[in-house]
This record gives sequence, C-alpha cells and structure tokens, in this order.
Amino acid sequence: MKNKYSIFSIIKNAFSYHENWEKAWKDPVPKKEYDAIIIGGGGHGLATAYYLAKKHSMKNIAIVEKGWIGGGNTGRNTTIIRSNYLWDASAGLYDHALKIWENLSQELNYNVMFSQRGVMNLAHNLQDVRDLKRRTHANRLNGIDAVYLNTEQVKRFCPIINTSSDIRYPVLGGTLQRRAGTARHDAVAWGYARGADEMGVDIIQNCEVKGIKRNGDSVEGIETTKGFIKTNKIGVVAAGHSSVIANMAGLKLPLESKPLQALVSEPVKPIIDTVVMSNAVHAYVSQSDKGELVIGAGTDDYVSYSQKGSHDIVEGTLSAILELYPIFSRMRMLRQWGGIVDICPDASPIISKTSIKGLYFNCGWGTGGFKATPGSGDLFAHTIANDEPHKLNAAFNINRFISGDLVDEHGAAAVAH
Amino acid sequence: MFLINCPFCGEREQSEFKAGGEAHIVRPKQPTELSDDEWAEYLFMRKNIKGIQFERWNHIHGCRKWFNIVRDTSNDEIKAVYKMGKKPPLV
Repeated sequence: MKNKYSIFSIIKNAFSYHENWEKAWKDPVPKKEYDAIIIGGGGHGLATAYYLAKKHSMKNIAIVEKGWIGGGNTGRNTTIIRSNYLWDASAGLYDHALKIWENLSQELNYNVMFSQRGVMNLAHNLQDVRDLKRRTHANRLNGIDAVYLNTEQVKRFCPIINTSSDIRYPVLGGTLQRRAGTARHDAVAWGYARGADEMGVDIIQNCEVKGIKRNGDSVEGIETTKGFIKTNKIGVVAAGHSSVIANMAGLKLPLESKPLQALVSEPVKPIIDTVVMSNAVHAYVSQSDKGELVIGAGTDDYVSYSQKGSHDIVEGTLSAILELYPIFSRMRMLRQWGGIVDICPDASPIISKTSIKGLYFNCGWGTGGFKATPGSGDLFAHTIANDEPHKLNAAFNINRFISGDLVDEHGAAAVAH
Repeated sequence: MFLINCPFCGEREQSEFKAGGEAHIVRPKQPTELSDDEWAEYLFMRKNIKGIQFERWNHIHGCRKWFNIVRDTSNDEIKAVYKMGKKPPLV
C-alpha cells in the first residue's frame, strides 16, 4: 500500500528535505507472460491498465512503452477538456469522461489540477452561428450544459477578445460549456501510473514493440526490444503509431497520421481565465497555471511521423490570434513542438475489438484525445475484459467504416478539437 | 516543412502544395459489384506507412497540376517525384 499524499505527508517529508519520498511506480523486468498487455504508456494506456486492475480484477497486466510514460501526445497536447459534441454517441462518450474528471484527483489521490474554467467556442459567420446553436440544443437534449452567447456576452465573459465588427472574421457569438476546462497533462499520466502500479500493474518503459505474434486468428504475444512476452490479450493505445502496430499484426486501419503543433509563450500575469476556441479561423488559447499562453495550431495535411510540422501552420494560427487578441501582439513565444495524431475519416475515435481474437484497438482520437483520457481508459478496459464493448463505446467500433454508420464529428471537432 | 520539386514549375516550398493522400489507389472498375468490405477498403483503409510512402500532391498555389512523390514519412525526405500515369520508380 502506497503512502497517501496529503498536507501531512508533505510536512513529514520536509523533515528529511524531501529526499525520501517513496517511488511513485517501480521499474520492473518484464515477466514471461501476462493476462493482458497494453501497448502505449500514455494517458489512455495507463488509464486502461488502471481500470482493468481496479474494476475488472485483472492484476497480471503490463504496459509497454517505447519511451517514457506520458512522453508522447499526453505531454504535447493543449489540455482542453470538454464534452459539447453534436451526436448522441459522442456526447455519451465525452461526458462519461468529463464526469470521471470531476472526481479524478480524489480517486487517484493525485492532484491532476482539473480546472473547470469553461470553454467558449466562437462563431465568425452565419453558418457558424447556426451550427453552434444547433450544437447547443443537441447538447442540452443530452444533458450536457451549454449556453449560446451573443457578441456582448462573449465580450463580458472574456474581455480581451476583439469583438469589433471591423475585423476580417468578426465575432458573431459563441457557445459556452462551464463544466469544461483544463487539467495538468503530466499529472494525469503520473496519477494513473501510480494507481496502476499500486494494484500490481507492471509499467515497462524503454521497451519498443517490434512484432505481434499470431496463431491463426488469435494473438500469442509480442516481440519487444526486451524479448518476447506471452499474452492472449493485447490492447493497442499507440496514438500516431497505431497503424505501425496494426501492420505488425497484418491489419489495416482507416487512419492517417499527421503532425499537429502547439506552442506556449513566455509566462505572464493572469490575463485569460478560460479557454477560447475558434474553429473558423483556427485559433485556440488558454493560460497555464505557470502563466504561459497555451496555443494550439492545426494539423498539416500530409502523413508524417517526423514530430514536426510546417511553419505556415503556426503563422496562420498566430495571425488569427493577433486579430482576435490585439493585446498579445508583443508576446514572445517560448517553445513550439509537434505531435503525431491519428485521424479517422469521421473525426471520431475507434475503441474496438478487431477481426483478430485478443487484439483490441483504442485509436483515431485525432486532434482531441486528451479530454477523453479517463473515459477512454474505462471503456477500453471494459471492452478488453469482457471481449465486448460497453454500450457507451459500441458506436465506436471499427466495423462502422464497413456498415457506413459513421459518427461524423467534423463540426464539433474540426481541427480545433 | 520541406521543399518539393514540382515536375512542371521546379522547386517550391511545401506550403504551395496540397497533399492528396496515398497514391495508386485504383477506383473500382465496377462499383455496382462491390461488397461493403471492398467499399470500406477503397474509401477508408490506408497504409499510413512510417517509412517510404507513395503519395499524390497538387501544386495548388502554382500550376495546379497533380503529380506523385515518394517520401520517407519518418523524416519527410523526398526520394523521387514523378508524373501522373507514370510507373512508380524503384526506391
């Protein structure tokens, strides 16, 4: 049993100069065989292992991660959490996650710094207005909080936005989800890792998967840089590299992996206390607790695994930011980076069994998977443990690309997820 | 960000071009005969290769012509450029 984190544990450890904190997770040597193996030690993978152990009593499980946990897209996203999606299936999926977020710090005994500061989506043309009003109504029918704001209300909620009618794409209104917000992305990975480790999950880092061993139509194990590991259940949560793993098993997925960029500014005093997103001009911005502006840019339109995007994408985003927030014109950007996101044709994820027995995929989150981390892990764990999807992820099966029963969320997701 | 050698205009910045996805996906000759599985394969399933990929590009801010390139998607290095209808080069 791990020591509980609390104000008292901080005081107690202060006496030993914080040099004797217990390790949050171990560094185990892989066993010969596991009941289930999760490929990918990001937030979704760690959450999957955590819920497999917690809710489905599977203790002999491992996570294999080619780098370090939380070092991929979990550590590269802009940490936005919301659930105001258009269709019923997506509303169910993302709001399930949001409800877990609301109590996650307590559940994990780890401060994930979840902050319900609200997310505002702006409308810049008449079609945006119609779409956002429709989405607001759809959200409310699904029990998700959403309000439509006119231009004055947008200005009142976030005074630094330029609501002048003279700008190229004037702000005609917006929607607001007050329960939405942000969380500390690293803490989510670390919190789930600590919780999973406590229940006996082996977190194996610096271990790259090189092959998937099949016996006819079922899986037998994985070849890794640390040797062969036997298992008959494999959950793949490899984000941008999902197709690479799928190819090892002789499977093809409806995914394209593309660079997505983000950037942060130098830290400044609090200036924006919410998250503002604009799909039409592609600009979204929030402020981290350190004071940096966190800005999300768009995806490039070509397949790439290089973890770097094009300069013109960043330029386009920043010019839109400057028109909407003239106050930021003298801000200096501190860091810029790219991650590789796996995008489905309908901009919705896949949480599904496959045609190969014992092989499960959780992928296709595209540009907006972070918000779903707890819900995705919970539902994927259910799917792996029962070999059947939960009713909340049944619509996100891989066969929808054959049946044509797509969950088209381009409107709610677009590039600004 | 990289440069692309358009077979019609010469070397230009990638931002002048639009990526058109995986090349050499042949449109089914008899669409009415196709099963749902075959449609899914044609419409949605992609190789999404990490490594050498054959793909289509369009010089939208230039000559507006389509052509093919061979690119290593792990580092964005372009190995070859060839015109539409030509056989893919051996790389």
